[in-house]
Amino acid sequence: MLQIKNVYKTFNPGTINEKKALRNLNLTLEDGDFVTVIGGNGAGKSTMLNMIAGVFPPDAGKILIDDIDVTRLPEHKRAAYLGRVFQDPMMGTAADMWIEENMALAAGRGEKRGLHWAIKNKQREEFKELLKELDLGLENRLSTKVGLLSGGQRQALTLLMATMKRPKLLLLDEHTAALDPKTAAKVLELSEKLIREEGLTALMITHNMKDAIHYGNRLIMMNEGQIILDIKGEEKKKLTVEDLLRAFTRLSGNEFVNDRALLAK
Amino acid sequence: MIGFLNALPGAAAQGIMWGIMAIGVYITYKILDVADLTVDGSFATGAAVLVVSMTSGLSLPLSMVLAFGAGSLTGLATGLLHTKLGIPFILAGILTQLGLYSVNLGILGKANMTLSNRNYQLLVNRKDVYSSLIISIIFAAVIIGILYWFFGTSMGHALRATGCNLAMARANGINTNTSQVIAIIISNGLVALSGALTAQWQGSADVGMGRGAIVIGLAAVIIGEVIFGKVFKNFALRLAGVILGGVIYYVVITVVLNLGFDANYLKLLSASVVAVFLAIPYWKKSWQETRVKEIKEVEENAAD
Repeated sequence: MLQIKNVYKTFNPGTINEKKALRNLNLTLEDGDFVTVIGGNGAGKSTMLNMIAGVFPPDAGKILIDDIDVTRLPEHKRAAYLGRVFQDPMMGTAADMWIEENMALAAGRGEKRGLHWAIKNKQREEFKELLKELDLGLENRLSTKVGLLSGGQRQALTLLMATMKRPKLLLLDEHTAALDPKTAAKVLELSEKLIREEGLTALMITHNMKDAIHYGNRLIMMNEGQIILDIKGEEKKKLTVEDLLRAFTRLSGNEFVNDRALLAK
Repeated sequence: MIGFLNALPGAAAQGIMWGIMAIGVYITYKILDVADLTVDGSFATGAAVLVVSMTSGLSLPLSMVLAFGAGSLTGLATGLLHTKLGIPFILAGILTQLGLYSVNLGILGKANMTLSNRNYQLLVNRKDVYSSLIISIIFAAVIIGILYWFFGTSMGHALRATGCNLAMARANGINTNTSQVIAIIISNGLVALSGALTAQWQGSADVGMGRGAIVIGLAAVIIGEVIFGKVFKNFALRLAGVILGGVIYYVVITVVLNLGFDANYLKLLSASVVAVFLAIPYWKKSWQETRVKEIKEVEENAAD
């Protein structure tokens, strides 16, 4: 489904701030894989996701989605294949636009933005049905500005928008990190439900090792721009947080350092 | 006083014409969230193209279309300087504006050119104030109608999303560069149209006539927002608020001039007024932040 082949990325090369973010990264996802991604500070997790999304191109290597080479495809063209939810709840929606307008924007992903009405009446009903599933009372607030919603509501809406066109790949970049624990758990449950019901392929970065073990069918651990651990299926179900910490120390020769992960434990 | 009342319809007509330019400014400043300084040049471009087209025998409608087209091209220039050459927006606008001074001189062939209403059929002119006022109102209403439709389309939504949140727009498959260029093209087309109307009103085009246009445009946008923002929520009404902002601006200027204010200081006055209006939200915010509220007051607010 997704293939990342020998990808390298260095930020600020040749300067004192040089940062080798990805070093010969290789990853292949199967259809329907729900992969959780963990790793220390600066391991390259977000860089990997942004690279897949096309925020910046790799220095070397190839990225394929369903055998289509997207390595040099600009971000807005790749969007046709992808659904994305960001860490910052403000980032995934347009604050000055209404809920229904935001949803119509997402519904037009991968389509031409022509001179036809942006929202059809039939769509409004579909939007309402989708919002009902969130159980946040948003279905009666279609013409509310998104900027007036709470962080959790916005993140739930972003999730809905990211999945409504059934993307080939859903990218979740620590999308619950900025929410309070209760809301975070709710949004995470919702993510899992949407992925399961739609049978989506997903990559989810998380700082919470318990979540990384609990959710998905596959777990990868990154360190210094590479994948150092890749656990699937039955083996993953038996994992514990201690296993992961031990594995990290063994494979990297370091203690696991991630500010948020340590605090979250 | 009588002099002022007599001047009022003319000031209103002029305010509406400049209000059309202000709608152009609204599209870049409010919807796209950038300050486009091309305006000072494209306003005169619209005026110059109209006067030259008409004096060389073209019809009024065709001349208006050409003025709009020329303004659109100036917007395209700024848009491409920004998106294709990576020049920061403000600087791109300043470069186009500077270059346009020469272009406008080239179009006119001299610093200014007259267009007499005796020889040509014009839409508006200052000798016929009332019909000019009515025609300006109709003109503004048609433009608001077209923009209301446009910003309700899929393309219009893409433009709004681009101005609101670039990352979100791209993640939803919107080519934000294209969106920005389209918005600046429309904006400067409208600005040029306003210049074309103003040239008819005053019976001439002048290379310097756009100087400070951006400030007047901002003044109209801000006045419209401050006065009507709470009431006018609908997009079409907000655009109408911008036009009214232009009218208020011109009426105030007329009052000030009637009170014996030296016209030489008019631009200084405009700049000061805009500076104050831009500063008000900032002052309000920092004042609210520095002031420690009484506990009672906070509790009352919470109870609301």
